[in-house]
Amino acid sequence: MIYLQLFLAFLQIGALSFGGGYAAMPLIQAQTVTEHAWITFADFADLVTIAEMTPGPIAVNAATFVGNRVAGIPGALAATAGVVLPSCLFVTGLAWLYQKYRSLTLMQGILRSLRPAVVAMIFGAGLTILIPTLFADGTVRFLAGNFQVRAALLFLAALVCLRKWKLNPILVMAGCGAAELLCQLLL
Amino acid sequence: MEAKRRYLKIFLSTLYLSAFTFGGGYVIVSLLRNKFVEELHWIDQEEMLDLVAIAQSSPGAIAVNGAIVVGYRLGGFPGILCAVLGAVIPPFVILTLVSMFYGAFRDHPAVQALLRGMKSGVAAVIMSVVWDMAAGLVGDRDRISVFIMLAAFAASYFLKINVVWIILVTAAFGAVHTLLRERKGAKK
Repeated sequence: MIYLQLFLAFLQIGALSFGGGYAAMPLIQAQTVTEHAWITFADFADLVTIAEMTPGPIAVNAATFVGNRVAGIPGALAATAGVVLPSCLFVTGLAWLYQKYRSLTLMQGILRSLRPAVVAMIFGAGLTILIPTLFADGTVRFLAGNFQVRAALLFLAALVCLRKWKLNPILVMAGCGAAELLCQLLL
Repeated sequence: MEAKRRYLKIFLSTLYLSAFTFGGGYVIVSLLRNKFVEELHWIDQEEMLDLVAIAQSSPGAIAVNGAIVVGYRLGGFPGILCAVLGAVIPPFVILTLVSMFYGAFRDHPAVQALLRGMKSGVAAVIMSVVWDMAAGLVGDRDRISVFIMLAAFAASYFLKINVVWIILVTAAFGAVHTLLRERKGAKK
């Protein structure tokens, strides 16, 4: 039964991909290309590109894409349910423990040291988006042709809009997209 | 009635945020914080960081985990359901459509320009959120916090160590540190 197979394959992907999007990629490849041969490797490369260009986590994107390919919309639903279920169970369990024990001194000590680590990792994730946006070859070198002046100006303008005028972040992001599109059309 | 409106708000917020999270889980985490901490004041700043740590320590997509933990905190089990549906529907619908028209979508210069520009904005949103959160921690002049921040950054960004290990090691460090300090306090 294909729906059950899709559900179970993506259940494994959901349960084993610790550490966010990129950690899920090799698991998705193993299940969908190697194990079940639902898609080819070329399809998989396309899938990664689509996931980069569209909103949403790669694991959910992969579940929808592969599910659709193999068994239409019901297949996509089965695969997506599978990929999300482990998250629901784990996160709820941890959140329950957190609410129950958060007033304990030990728990507070642990949380106090976790907070700066979380901030640092979000910063790292921000850099992995910022650097390839500002530098064409992905390395920090201020050479003509490598340093993207327009992207840097957009980044600074967005920062000012967010910090100084407290504009809605989604508006700022959409505005940056529209500005780049306008430049493309006019220049 | 009040509860119903709350669930609707959770659903619509995660739906709206999920539809715009280009570029990975940390973007939605930044946006969730903006929405529920800054705008609605339903969760405070410190608790939000704890919730992010929970989302990171669980397997699965960080965007989905972040929505689940916020949904649970704000609305229990119905809240989880609202948050998961909100987080999953946009990529589900968009990917179903995109996979049908993938060739045209990928090669269209207007789509490429739009996405390229949006990346600058996404980076600015994340940096702005990091700025606020780091200022809160550094402002306390807590040397250990600053040390953890630098060490965790080096470990994740330069050494590419899996976040699960960073979280486990940091949590163990916090536990040992707290126990030692308590023992010291008891002796006095």
